[in-house]
Amino acid sequence: MRTDLPGPRHEWLDDDAGPVVRPYTLTGGRVHPSSDGFDLVAYVTAKPDPDLAAYPELHPEHRLLVELAGRGTPVVELAADLDLAVGVVRVLLGDLLSRGLVAVHQPPRATYLPDNDILKAVVDGLRAL
Amino acid sequence: MDSVRYDGERRGHRVPIALKILIAGGFGAGKTTLVSALSEVRPLQTEEILTGAGIDTDDISGVETKSTTTVAMDFGRITINDDLQLYLFGTPGQDRFWFLWDELAFGALGAVVLADTRRLADCFPSIDYFEQRGIPFVVGVNCFDDSRRFSLEAVRKALDLDPDVPMVLCDARDRQSGKTVLISLVEHVARQRGEPVPTA
Ligand SMILES: Nc1nc2c(ncn2[C@@H]2O[C@H](COP(=O)(O)OP(=O)(O)OP(=O)(O)O)[C@@H](O)[C@H]2O)c(=O)[nH]1
Ligand SMILES: [Mg+2]
Repeated sequence: MRTDLPGPRHEWLDDDAGPVVRPYTLTGGRVHPSSDGFDLVAYVTAKPDPDLAAYPELHPEHRLLVELAGRGTPVVELAADLDLAVGVVRVLLGDLLSRGLVAVHQPPRATYLPDNDILKAVVDGLRAL
Repeated sequence: MDSVRYDGERRGHRVPIALKILIAGGFGAGKTTLVSALSEVRPLQTEEILTGAGIDTDDISGVETKSTTTVAMDFGRITINDDLQLYLFGTPGQDRFWFLWDELAFGALGAVVLADTRRLADCFPSIDYFEQRGIPFVVGVNCFDDSRRFSLEAVRKALDLDPDVPMVLCDARDRQSGKTVLISLVEHVARQRGEPVPTA
């Protein structure tokens, strides 16, 4: 996944870089997504058959996000797959959301959900592991 | 918050529910070890950006001059079924990362606080954090080989824990042991809601 990323890489995240500088270069300095609320475990699903050619302004990382979100992927997994900080991924996702290229499915707040059936399923599932 | 943000076609795909569980505890208490032992995939890591306090978000040049660093976050995944996944997040140990705790804890199902009996006081901040926010938690007493065995009651007393907070002896390296801790957490959550999960 790391090696086949087209285009410029985020050189500041190499292994011995230590503290990063300018992590938000990719986002043009924006530190907040245009719409916030991407929970770490919110599922991102890409719009089916997106016409990415219509958006020349998007970075390779945007395109990769759309690809990875094809089957529905939580934000934190997208960040790990792209080897980008979660904060950066949120900004990029905001760009995609505002263009209608992805959908974001917020997880239920655990305080309201999950109901007891879900908790029971979790316990049963864990026992069966 | 639990809305579909873009009501695009999903072509029959159901989006699974992902539940967050936090793995907390003091420095070196076994958080990363427990997440790795339980995760069905290689232990995953991502990072969050830590930016100097009081950043001016409208001032791009300000962003560029602020020094930033990243905090590594361990996470793991357990697939319960097609519709249900657990995500385990190891909390960063240092105080200056509290902002990240808030993000991790938002909407979380509950937490496991790992207590290292050689340094019990190290998990006080974690316990305080979850108590204050009303997030259900259990205490996993991590039995390091070289520690003398404490009785659970002695540990409970030392931690000044509420009597209803479950305590479980565990070995963070052992998957079965970790499972037991998670099960006790989920059962605790269900009990707190007054709908106990029937024991199998
Ligand atoms: N004997 C024994 N060793 C353990 C256990 N859990 C963790 N360890 C060891 O303790 C050391 C620290 O464990 P980690 O999982 O890195 O602890 P941590 O809480 O993630 O540490 P920080 O992230 O640095 O705060 C590692 O060398 C583990 O192998 C346990 O249950 N028993
Ligand atoms: Mg760790």
